[in-house]
Amino acid sequence: MSIKHEKEPEILLEVRDLQKHFKKGGNAIKAVDGISFQVKRGETLGIVGESGCGKSTMGRVILQLLKPTEGEVWFEGNDISKFSNTQLRKLRKDIQIIFQDPFGSLNQRMTVGAMLREIVRFHSIVPKAEELRFIQDLLRKVGLNANHYWSYPHKFSGGQRQRISIARALAVEPKLIICDEAVSALDVSVQAQILNLLKKLKREFGLTYIFISHDLSVVKHISDRVGVMYLGKMVELAGKKEIYNNPLHPYTKALFSAIPDISGKEKATIQVLKGDIPSPLNIPSGCHFHTRCPNAIAECKVNVPKFRDMSDNHYVSCDVVRNDNLVLEGSR
Amino acid sequence: MMEQVQKGEITSVKTEYPRIRLMKEMLQRLLENKLAVVGGVFTILLIFLALFPGVVATHSHTEQDYSAVLVPPSAAHWFGTDELGRDLFSRVIYGATTSLKAGLISVGIALGIGLPIGMLSGYFRGVWDEFLIMRITDAMLSFPPLVLALTLVAVFGAGLENAMIAIGLVLTPSFMRLIRGEVLAHREKEYVEAARASGLPSWRILFIHILPNTIAPIIVQATLAIAAAIITEASLSYLGLGTQPPTPSWGSMLSTGQGYLEQAPWLGLFPGLFIFITVLSINLFGDGIRDMFDSKLK
Repeated sequence: MSIKHEKEPEILLEVRDLQKHFKKGGNAIKAVDGISFQVKRGETLGIVGESGCGKSTMGRVILQLLKPTEGEVWFEGNDISKFSNTQLRKLRKDIQIIFQDPFGSLNQRMTVGAMLREIVRFHSIVPKAEELRFIQDLLRKVGLNANHYWSYPHKFSGGQRQRISIARALAVEPKLIICDEAVSALDVSVQAQILNLLKKLKREFGLTYIFISHDLSVVKHISDRVGVMYLGKMVELAGKKEIYNNPLHPYTKALFSAIPDISGKEKATIQVLKGDIPSPLNIPSGCHFHTRCPNAIAECKVNVPKFRDMSDNHYVSCDVVRNDNLVLEGSR
Repeated sequence: MMEQVQKGEITSVKTEYPRIRLMKEMLQRLLENKLAVVGGVFTILLIFLALFPGVVATHSHTEQDYSAVLVPPSAAHWFGTDELGRDLFSRVIYGATTSLKAGLISVGIALGIGLPIGMLSGYFRGVWDEFLIMRITDAMLSFPPLVLALTLVAVFGAGLENAMIAIGLVLTPSFMRLIRGEVLAHREKEYVEAARASGLPSWRILFIHILPNTIAPIIVQATLAIAAAIITEASLSYLGLGTQPPTPSWGSMLSTGQGYLEQAPWLGLFPGLFIFITVLSINLFGDGIRDMFDSKLK
């Protein structure tokens, strides 16, 4: 662990070599296969990757909705992967999640008020007499109306439902919220509203987000740092500007070169990866990416690359990549 | 932190008590459904008959009159008389008690056993669920229901009480199956995951979140099962294993009527008609109740 400086923000969450394997027949689906990173208090960490790369599973494992196969999750100095059910129930107050599906994530048979009241009461957030006012305040803060307290979820649009989900996450006054594709199911115009709401709430409540999405522009909009996942591994992690301007890992490069450019200029290099993403049932040996990597050398088939710091907290999981790009960076 | 209260916002529970408003809405939904209203009215009438048969019956249901055997329906005997000269109308009325009791109590037994076991089995899964509970239900479902009920009654001994227990046990596995399947489907949904992420305990998730979402098919199944139980009780009575004479039951009356279909068709017609009406109205009413709970249908 690095020495903490006075000015450096405190580390809220640390994930160490996290693994989650699902058994299927004799094989194991390695959804998350050894991920380590830290989240500082007050930042937004974006996680991108194509579908099936294990980003949602990782979110659920961090939350301990799924038990990790291996590895540790440290939250505020405690290894929560070792927590008992009773301890976990209290922990739910600190870590919350917002799901993707605005229709499936709300109980159709409970009014918004009943749903929120249940949680507020269970965690004894406010005295009973103040519950109604507290929840109505909360509804206004997420851009709903106090009268929505009495309504059923089916009366709301997708964006409004996602606001209800946000209110539910906020009801317990959490420190960390995992947004699992929180805006992916919404229209673009509504996406922007929800993203801005999340930003506003982050300032107001001093929240920390882990923002999981497959949408590169959404992640760029909201994140401070961005991590890129491929087949259960984190391949690159760096500050937002750094990673978007200077991606080092060949997968990240290919991924970001696919972002359309609105300037109209012909893109110099659009890298198209060959082949399909391998099945998580049958993960390639060595570096998971070597089957599709344009820079792969013989060693990549054998050696599992280390997640190393190339410069100034720019982590890359590739043994081939050199600091050459950093030299190029200067001349750019 | 307090924000301004906007115009028209309800900020006190006293202003409009929401639960009453919701119940009103639900009742309104039920009343708009004409078929359900008809079914409900008939069900209530039948329950009244079952509770107070003496008020409606015109004759004693056991008194035999050998001077008036197999009399067709007339002003004196509205439904005619049976082979022993008993007033059929009064017997049908008294039979409602037996039939409804058999239907309700056996389905009650089936739900009482099947609901909790099915819910726990579906929610917690594991070895218990896969290898014990599901295999037992498989074994029970592989028997024709009437044969199983017959076997059980043969073991317990004849009589209405034992018949009801046997029917209840025979109906249990289908409830267990249905409920387990519903819970299994719902436990993976995001709203359940969200409830777990909120730290709510399993029993609350099961009974406050999952159960209300699975209630619709359970109600439908229960109303169908009441109908099936009434018919099964009738069959058992027909075979002499259910209601013992002279207590009237629609089933035993129907089976007696079978022997007189040509000379005295009313003997089979009226008990059969009552079984039909009862089963139909309970089903219609059940459908209405299901729709009433369905907040999406508005």
